[in-house]
Amino acid sequence: MSISKKIVDDFVANDVSFITTVPCKQLGGVIEECEARPEIYHIPSNKEDEGMGLCAGAFMGGKRPAIIMQNTAIGVTINTLVTLTQFYRMPLPMLISYRGELKEPVACQAEMAVHTKALLAQLNIPTYHFHKEADVEEFDAILKYTFMCNKPVAILTDATFWGGY
Amino acid sequence: MIRSEILREIAPILRPHLVVCNIGLPSQELHSIDDQPTNFYMLGTMGLASSIGLGVALAQDKTVISIDGDGSILTNMGTLPTIANNVADNFILLIVDNGSYGSTGDQPTYAGKLTSLTAVAKACGCENVVECQDVDTGKVLQEAIDSKKMTIIVCKCDSGNIKLPVITRDPVNIRDRFMEAVKA
Repeated sequence: MSISKKIVDDFVANDVSFITTVPCKQLGGVIEECEARPEIYHIPSNKEDEGMGLCAGAFMGGKRPAIIMQNTAIGVTINTLVTLTQFYRMPLPMLISYRGELKEPVACQAEMAVHTKALLAQLNIPTYHFHKEADVEEFDAILKYTFMCNKPVAILTDATFWGGY
Repeated sequence: MIRSEILREIAPILRPHLVVCNIGLPSQELHSIDDQPTNFYMLGTMGLASSIGLGVALAQDKTVISIDGDGSILTNMGTLPTIANNVADNFILLIVDNGSYGSTGDQPTYAGKLTSLTAVAKACGCENVVECQDVDTGKVLQEAIDSKKMTIIVCKCDSGNIKLPVITRDPVNIRDRFMEAVKA
């Protein structure tokens, strides 16, 4: 089974039915899979903070949301994470492409990569790093944890996890 | 009319519906005029009232009205294409367009100068966009609710604020109360 399919299977099994995405090459397969599944309302966002607003609304409307984005988005969304998702105590799984790690071809991506974990730690956001393919086995438990504790939770997925480019 | 006068006038129309209200003075005004469990007050995060409202509307069937401002729409302009392309006929976006950033001291916005949010919303693909004058807001809002078609209302009005205390209700309480009202 492809990793993308396994990830989206876990979303569906955990009743995540509202997923917003901002495009990413590394996460392209997951985004396609979200679009293909009838159980999921896939709503592309123009910016990640907008997407977090949509997810907050969907959660209050009774659906379990998720956001799929790049780690550069941490820089865009700190205010939203703090004053919306955390302040109102809402769950939000964030499946994040961890650009700028080993096998990264674009130098600029490394600039944000070096800040990613520090920013997430500063925000007290539980953070998991998928580096090897087998790490995906924890995804189901991470989703359950997220909706148990009503927090934003980050799942960083690097190029090695995705098998390089 | 200024925003608080419009809110006072439309409060009875809003009351039976789910309302997502913009950060700062709009929420403080609605809270003081007619606090309801069906109101979600934004205490932070400028610009996301329309996105939160659309999310609520897409997740369930009740009518949702987002009360937004011209300044907040300009902050999150990407919201309009998302709304246009994800039609929720139970969603109304009411943009109180007073041409100023009210909560921060009435600094002018571009919407009060050369930029027409009505034209922007139409260009983004929103099908039902109604621009109205402040005195007609109640009538236009009621028509939009009755039409059961997703509608963007751009209400042109005067800038100006009234002095009100901040909302001290706990955010988790606001959210929980709102979610109970959604389920009721």
